[in-house]
This record gives sequence, structure tokens and C-alpha cells, in this order.
Amino acid sequence: MLENLSGRLAGVVKSLRGQARITEANVQDTLRQVRLALLEADVALPVVKDFIEAVKTRALGQEVLTSLSPGQALIGIVHEELTRLMGGENAELNLAATPPAVILMAGLQGSGKTTTSGKLALLLKNRKKKVLLASVDVYRPAAIDQLRQLGKQLDVAFFEAGDERDPLKIAQAAQDHARKQFYDVLIVDTAGRLAIDEAMMNEIKALHAAVRPIETLFVVDAMQGQDAVNVAKAFNEALPLTGVVLTKLDGDARGGAALSVRHITGKPLKFIGVGEKPTGLEAFHPERMAQRILGMGDVLSLIEQAQGSVDLAEAKKLADKVKKGKDFDLEDFKAQIQQMRKMGGLSALMDKLPGAGQMTMPAGADDKAINRVEGIINSMTPLERRKPDIIKASRKRRIAAGAGVQVQEVNKLLNQFEQAQKMMKMMGKGGLSKMMRGMKGMLPGMR
Amino acid sequence: MFSFFKPKPPAAEPATPATPVESAPLPVESRPGWAQRLKQGLAKTRDRLGGQLAGLFGVGRKIDAELFEELETILITADVGVDATQALLDTLQKKVRRENLTEASDLQAALKQALVDLLTPLQAPLDVTPHKPFILMLAGVNGAGKTTTIGKLAKLYQSQGLSVLLAAGDTFRAAAREQLQVWGERNNVTVVSQEKGDSAAVIFDAIQAARARNIDVVLADTAGRLPTQLHLMEEIRKVKRVIEKAIPGAPHEVLLVLDANTGQNAVTQVKAFDDALGVTGLVLTKLDGTAKGGAIAAIAHACLARPRSIPVRYIGVGETVDDLRPFDAREFVEAVFTA
Repeated sequence: MLENLSGRLAGVVKSLRGQARITEANVQDTLRQVRLALLEADVALPVVKDFIEAVKTRALGQEVLTSLSPGQALIGIVHEELTRLMGGENAELNLAATPPAVILMAGLQGSGKTTTSGKLALLLKNRKKKVLLASVDVYRPAAIDQLRQLGKQLDVAFFEAGDERDPLKIAQAAQDHARKQFYDVLIVDTAGRLAIDEAMMNEIKALHAAVRPIETLFVVDAMQGQDAVNVAKAFNEALPLTGVVLTKLDGDARGGAALSVRHITGKPLKFIGVGEKPTGLEAFHPERMAQRILGMGDVLSLIEQAQGSVDLAEAKKLADKVKKGKDFDLEDFKAQIQQMRKMGGLSALMDKLPGAGQMTMPAGADDKAINRVEGIINSMTPLERRKPDIIKASRKRRIAAGAGVQVQEVNKLLNQFEQAQKMMKMMGKGGLSKMMRGMKGMLPGMR
Repeated sequence: MFSFFKPKPPAAEPATPATPVESAPLPVESRPGWAQRLKQGLAKTRDRLGGQLAGLFGVGRKIDAELFEELETILITADVGVDATQALLDTLQKKVRRENLTEASDLQAALKQALVDLLTPLQAPLDVTPHKPFILMLAGVNGAGKTTTIGKLAKLYQSQGLSVLLAAGDTFRAAAREQLQVWGERNNVTVVSQEKGDSAAVIFDAIQAARARNIDVVLADTAGRLPTQLHLMEEIRKVKRVIEKAIPGAPHEVLLVLDANTGQNAVTQVKAFDDALGVTGLVLTKLDGTAKGGAIAAIAHACLARPRSIPVRYIGVGETVDDLRPFDAREFVEAVFTA
């Protein structure tokens, strides 16, 4: 459950690598894993189905056959399709109306409409627009007060409705006020409502008809689950939405709702909300969102790089050894280090692995330490490399002198190597993910 | 999407509306018609899930692979989550094999039972009488419905003859204090708040005030926060520490408020807040929408892997104060499945 998408996708990549060509069967398997990954990211099931269909159609077609590596192509297609579904490119806010341009905010309770209204006001104010905020949320206690305080904080004008309790009248009065005072933009914050609450949906329809907004923004919580499709459909049918704002993206939800809502409404995602600070409103980038939903870190480029630089023969030799349960010796250890360097060094590798970003790299776990390890191994005789057991005190002294290090460092390396050996045995059973965990203990300085 | 809809057959089990709860720890619970209200609140959930299931388990239909796939679809779209869905289906499949079930309708009872079995560990009503004052601390992500829930809880405890005091611990969001104050005024409940200051201080003051006034229950609000905001998680830990300092052994209940609309992130939220605070109960809000609240099942399933399960203390099935209800696994499942 808590295992994230990165893990899954890493698994997908793994199962694809080393396979000569994509067959119908192994695409099915991979797509099944992508399907599960998307569902865990809260992408709505009907949307997942459409998506898988689209990917399948493309993956089984020409493009894969002409590609260099099937795995590369398939993951590439998953990513491309996801980006495409998310909207291709981000859409700007449309304010091309006779001032005041009215922006109407709509959404469920607690989706973040009021906070977003404030953020939007600041964004437009910074674009030298004269903005007026108005709240017609007469239901939630102190909702109007919340927007008033936000306006004060941001130094944006707030429309005082006095004792008026009719949302429609407040909106009209605000529009009238905005017109007379030459405001460029009027942002109308509404009460949160359930899509099945007919009275409330009628109210917002009436509001829309009265103020004729140029932008009607649907505010969606990034944590929303499968129901996002139903809610989006209902709001889209009730109101001519012009765009979507995805909020609370600073959390760790994968934000599958973004894909669902985009797919159902067909309306562009215009902004994302990150954090509670008034400045936390950013333009939406479909590509980044696609990566977030997939949680693939930079797997794509890792595949490319690994494909290009890893000595396949060398890797195969090692894999054979592991499989046969033969001893993993220092020669192999060195070969691994060299391969790692070909891929841009440890830090570059860690950056690219999804999930590895969370593993903090303390000082010392840098590429310099790796170089030193290689130096120590280079100071050993071939026999010592094959049979590290024979390395006793006097050999250690000689090796340390040869590598220009202290004896302790030789000891440290030998300890780490011993751990690595255990790791390799585990890898025979558990695979790469186990080894990655093991590597944390194996490399110098890493926790 | 579901082309297999059939006209609703008579329900496999006779509908038993308004079955009073046998053990009624709370006086309001025995009030007639509350089960009815729960059903109304969950009507949309039932219409979707129950309606789909009624079609699935129709008379004469046999159990086959397709049926299981459709079942998977329904559970997934209810936010039950991939893992919990798989576990439920595995249970059902075993049962089908073991008991040689062939009729689709047999599967309905089996699924209900599997869901009840999964959810029963989460059923443990909250008793606020053992301590005085009983300190409840509420936490949750932004917009989950903490402040609204506090209002409802205040009303609930008041109706049980308990005196209640609210601590406006959300000192961050604009007008959160005012929101609670309005609630307090409407329901004649004292609200302790400060013009400025941090939430720990406000709550500390509130506890002192509660002791001086011989109050039964203190409800402490906190600002919404996402678990990724580590400094805010640190801050809420401090709030808990300060409460402990005010009254050793307090807070007596740490409630995590969850929005029923939340997808699989609900599981992450429970884990993160539990790790930070030791959550002792959950409140599931906004079940009156189209969201099905299946995330409860995902949470229950995830809790199997944790040392203890965290009970769902209340569910919110509507706007009014009376719509905040103790959680009952069987009733929840029945309300969802009985057409």
C-alpha cells in the first residue's frame, strides 16, 4: 500500500531491461503494473482504462519496433501519453474582457477555494492588475472574514457586503462596485458545495449567469480519490468551466486527480497550489505532473544513460557469477565501481533513482571516497583481490602505503566488501531493490 | 461504464431499516431513525456501490472470473485501494472454492462479511467520561473539516449533558479563530482564543480555564497541515507535549480528521500523523457526497501491518450536528449495501 510508485516503476524498468523485444505478453504484464501504479496514484479507473488502451495501441505499433530498446520505448510512451492527457501545454489565465474581468471560484468544501482566491489576487496584483476580492460564502462561519483578512494581508481590496446575506446580491453589488471603481479583476469566492446538492448547484449556476465570469475555475484537492471523476463531471455539466486549479500539491499525494479531472472535463489545468503562503500558486506543467503521478524520478534518462554506457558483457559476467552463487570478489567490486563511474558517478546515479533522493548523503559519501576505494583495490595483488581472506596485517600495511591511505581505511574497505558479498547473495534471491538497500551500508560514509 | 446493470432484484437480505444498536453507549444513538439518517447520508454511496452490487449479485448469475473483475472495479472506484481490494478478492475466492459457491448472490453475503471483518477492528466508540477534563486534540490536513467537526462534537457532548470548552488552536489560517468563535456563540460554548500567539499556548490556557471552571470536555483545534511540512509536524508534536505538561496523561484522545473524498493518501496521512502524535481515533467527514469512504477499508487493511489499529470514532454523514455519528462496522457496510 505505502510502497510508492517509484518502486513499482523501477520494477517495471527492471523487468523490461535485458529483454530483446517486446512481446504482446510482456507488454501486458508491464501495462498491468502501470495500471496498478496509476490506481495507487488515485487516477480514476475509467481514466486509467482509457490511458492503458492508448498506450497499448501505441506500444504494439510501429514506434516500438523501430526503437532501439523496447523498454525505453514503452516507458517513454507511458510518459508521453500521460503528458499528452494532462493537456500538452499550460494555459494562461484569460482576462480579455471588458473590465472588470470576473473570475468565479467553484469546488467542494475544503478544496482550497478561499486560499486560492487570495493567492490568485496576489499573482494578479503583481502583474499590475487592480484586483477586488469578494466572498459570497455566507454559510461557513467566518468564511467571509477569512477572505477579508487575506485581502488585508496581501493589500488587496475586499468588497464589504455589509449585512447582505444573499450570495447573488453580494456578487452583483461587488461587480457593480468593481465597475465603478475601475477594478481590472474581480475574484468571486464561493461556498464549498457538494455536486449532488441541487439547491447549491442551482445557486452557483445563478451566480454564474449573473456575473458572467470570463474565467470559471474549478478548484480540486490533489489528494482527492476516485470520486474526482464524478465531482468533475457534475461541476462541468452545471457550469461552463474554463480551467482547473489543483491545490495542496506540496503534500505527498501523487495527484492522480489531476489526470482524472483533465480527462473528464477537457479543461486545462491552469495553476497548482503549493503551500499556504500567498505566493504558493504556480503555473501548471503537464510534464512535471506526469512524472509526479508516475513517480519515476528520472528513470527515463537513467535508462538511456545505462543503456549507453554500461558494459553489457561485464554486467553479464557479474550476473552469471551471482546466479551461480560463486564468490563475489574484490575484482568484481572494482568493476562495479567503474561501471558506476561510467554512469556519471555516485551522486548522479543517486539523483536519478526514484526514492533514492530521500536517502540523505552525508559528507564523505561522495565520488572522492569512491576513488579512494578504487585506489586501495588497485594496490592489491590479483591474488589478494580474488581471496581477500589472505590479507593480514603486513599486507594491509603494504596496501595502505601503496594507496596512500591509513590502514584503518583498508580495514573499512574490507568490512564493506564483506557486507557487499552478503548483499550479492541476497541479490540472488531478492533482486536489485534489496541490493540498493544494502548499498547504503556498503559504501563509505553512507548511513 | 457498467453495462451489466440489471433492474434491481429484491435484495438478498431483507432490508431492516432503523435497527437500533444493541449496545447504546450514547443516549442519542438510541433515538429512533438515526440509522435511517445514516442511510440517507450514505444514500449516494449506496446508490453507486449498492446499486452496482445489486446488479452484480442478481438472481441466477453464476460466479465467474468476469464477476470478480467487476467486483474489483467497484471496490477500486470506491477508493478501497489496490492492496485492500486484492486482499478482499482473495478472501472471497478462497471462500468460493472452499464452500463450492456457484451463485453470484452467495457472494454478496460473503463480501459483506469480509468487509465487516476488515472494518470491525476499527469499531470502538469513544467514551469521554473517564477523565475530567477529557482533552481531545484534533489534527488533520488542510480542509479536512477539523473546525466543523469540533463544532459538531461540542454539540454532541453537550447533548449528553457534558460541559464543553473549545480551544482555538488554529492560529495560522485567517479567520479560523473567528470560525470557531461563531460556532461557540451559536451553541453557547466557551471558546478560548488569543489575538496572537502559538497554538500550544492557546490550548494550554484553555486547559487551565477548563480546570478552573470544572469543565468536562476540552476540544483543541489545530491548524491544518500536510505531513510533508516537517516543521509543522514538529510544531504539532510540541502542542501535544504542552498538553501533556498541562495535564499528565493528556491528551486523552488524538483525533485525526479525514476527508472521505481523499484517495489513497488517506493511508499515508494516518501513518504520518500516527508516527508524529500517536493517533488514537479517526473521524471520517463529508460522507454525504458521492465519495464512498472506501478509504476506511484501505486504512483498515494497512493497519493490519501495524502494531495496532486506529478506530474510527465518528463519521460525518451530513451538514447538521446530528449527522456526526459513532462508527459501526456492520451498520456502515449494511448502509452501503442494502438498497
